[in-house]
Amino acid sequence: MAEKMALAKAINESLRRALDADPKVVVMGEDVGKLGGVFRVTDGLQKDFGESRVIDTPLAESGIVGTAIGLALRGYRPVVEIQFDGFVFPAYDQIVTQLAKMHARALGKVKMPVVVRIPYGGGIGAVEHHSESPEALFAHVAGLKIVSPSNASDAYWMMQQAIQSDDPVIFFEPKRRYWDKGEVDTEAIPGPLHKAKVVREGTDLTLAAYGPMVKLCQEVADAAAEEGRNLEVLDLRSVSPIDFDAVQASVEKTRRLVVVHEAPVFFGSGAEIAARITERCFYHLEAPVLRVGGYHAPYPPARLEESYLPDLDRVLDAVDRSLAY
Amino acid sequence: MTVESTAARTPRRSAGNKAGTTGTKRTTSTTKKAAGAGKSAEPALVQLLTPEGKRVKNAEFDQYVADITAEDLRGLYRDMVLTRRFDAEATALQRQGELGLWASLLGQEAAQIGSGRALRDDDYVFPTYREHGVAWCRGVDPTNLLGMFRGVNNGGWDPNGNNFHLYTIVIGSQTLHATGYAMGITKDGADSAVIAYFGDGASSQGDVAEAFTFSAVYNAPVVFFCQNNQWAISEPTEKQSRVPLYQRAQGYGFPGVRVDGNDVLANLAVTKWALERARAGEGPTLVEAFTYRMGAHTTSDDPTRYRTDDERLAWEAKDPILRLRRHLEASGHADEGFFAELETESEALGKRVREAVRAMPDPDHFAIFENVYADGHALVDEERAQFAAYQASFADEDGGK
Repeated sequence: MAEKMALAKAINESLRRALDADPKVVVMGEDVGKLGGVFRVTDGLQKDFGESRVIDTPLAESGIVGTAIGLALRGYRPVVEIQFDGFVFPAYDQIVTQLAKMHARALGKVKMPVVVRIPYGGGIGAVEHHSESPEALFAHVAGLKIVSPSNASDAYWMMQQAIQSDDPVIFFEPKRRYWDKGEVDTEAIPGPLHKAKVVREGTDLTLAAYGPMVKLCQEVADAAAEEGRNLEVLDLRSVSPIDFDAVQASVEKTRRLVVVHEAPVFFGSGAEIAARITERCFYHLEAPVLRVGGYHAPYPPARLEESYLPDLDRVLDAVDRSLAY
Repeated sequence: MTVESTAARTPRRSAGNKAGTTGTKRTTSTTKKAAGAGKSAEPALVQLLTPEGKRVKNAEFDQYVADITAEDLRGLYRDMVLTRRFDAEATALQRQGELGLWASLLGQEAAQIGSGRALRDDDYVFPTYREHGVAWCRGVDPTNLLGMFRGVNNGGWDPNGNNFHLYTIVIGSQTLHATGYAMGITKDGADSAVIAYFGDGASSQGDVAEAFTFSAVYNAPVVFFCQNNQWAISEPTEKQSRVPLYQRAQGYGFPGVRVDGNDVLANLAVTKWALERARAGEGPTLVEAFTYRMGAHTTSDDPTRYRTDDERLAWEAKDPILRLRRHLEASGHADEGFFAELETESEALGKRVREAVRAMPDPDHFAIFENVYADGHALVDEERAQFAAYQASFADEDGGK
């Protein structure tokens, strides 16, 4: 049944479905219960599933992830919320040192079906530590899977798939898109979690993005079309693994690639994509792979974020530079 | 090797140590909860067996070992002797180059065997990397513990096989896993309990503080078993805390108790008490087993740089194995035949461990790529294929010769 809903509501519905379907699923985090989360993503879940399934935790991120690991060892499937991107680092040790490696250390004898939800990215005028994009810091770690939906339907289905995954999944939610509405068909059969999607077909250049930047890239493609340029937009959806086959297929067609993310360009996911696509498509490329993203500076105060974040003109500028080769 | 010599296996003395620290713990307060055989300014300490092997009464904790038989006592003695023998063999194997590293439990046998034997099969253990005695109690084959120290795996046993989690090297992390596991037990409506081991060094970790908080808030059935062995590598407990560690529990709203860590009977009793509290829905307990790391932190450590012979000698007089032997002999609970038989068994264990380690094969190269993910990962598949092609290129060269 298809229904139009906001991205945040789609995640809420997905969590509700998972809680309903599997008694081992538990939702935990700061303010996720009575309040329904600071973004209301878990709104109403504690009321319907009780305090032992939707758990308000002490304000200690390492504790949240560490106890989630223990619950997973006991057979539970915890979905934990880190309230904001910039708050995840107290839990970074548990995620990197424990969560990511447990399956391998146990020679496969234990599984870690833990989802770590992180509202991420800027563009909402927030204070410090509320607008960051730390996905590359997790993608570098073997044992973790990293995804980020760009729209309500993907948010719904990717959350279902993340919860069903026997591997830990860091689920980056594009907070500036929480209120964007889209059709969600709760009976559709979704594609694989880690496969990219071509969201706009084109011939002249490929724009690759995920999460909050997909919508921007679609707007860029619209603007470029007015100038007679036919851009392809690829929604990567997954940052670990990255669907390089999809990127390669697109680049072999368009011969040009611009990667867009909010995270700093330096050592960002765009760097990895550029390197691998250069290896895979060296003779197809008409231009070097270009990247548009944040600068090598702390995320700026809100009144400067428009200058820091990729926007339509900065991406178009990169498109022009690529096409100029 | 005689049992006596096993019990006396301690690091060599070294002359010229100028370290001025002693093992004395200065404290300013005691709590009523830990009422026991303590005296003067020292915090109270639960003790049921004196270093001389004399059984002393304890109004609060005697009940937890009231039904203990002579056979049980011999069993505890056997556990401690065999654990020490295994530990000595592992140290020797490291010296012979068979292991890359070994973290000896020498001196901590009573804390580990006492607490380990208090557990039920359905309880779950979260160890550090030094809980060889607890592993023994859980039925984990000692040779399984050596894989990670030899460098053939990073864990290697099935945690659910014996309800004994993998060794955790980054200290303190496992206290949170234990707490989460205990929260799960509560959700399941089971009456199992969890025990989390950690040390005086780890007590400074934020994760331990968070585990205390979470377990208290959710009333989780977990026992925090801190072996205060006085030294976190070179740092004495004074560098971790200005209050006795067991008193930390008070701030979190659950009881803490200090037990003589070299008294196997006291550790058994206190841990049983704490586990019963957990099962009865009374929440977490902190047990501080006041003991001593008689050996080095690991085989890479040199304790002569930071502590004195006098201190070690004082603790050797309180040796956990010697004390139970004295008790067994004085009470007539064990005869010469028992000790002789145990000596034979002990040597057989050493031999078995030695042979198993020497025969332990290196893993296949492709193990690098195994179990990175449960559901697979495209990049791992790609890199495995690249690695295979690279390896195969050498085979081609060899074949061409």
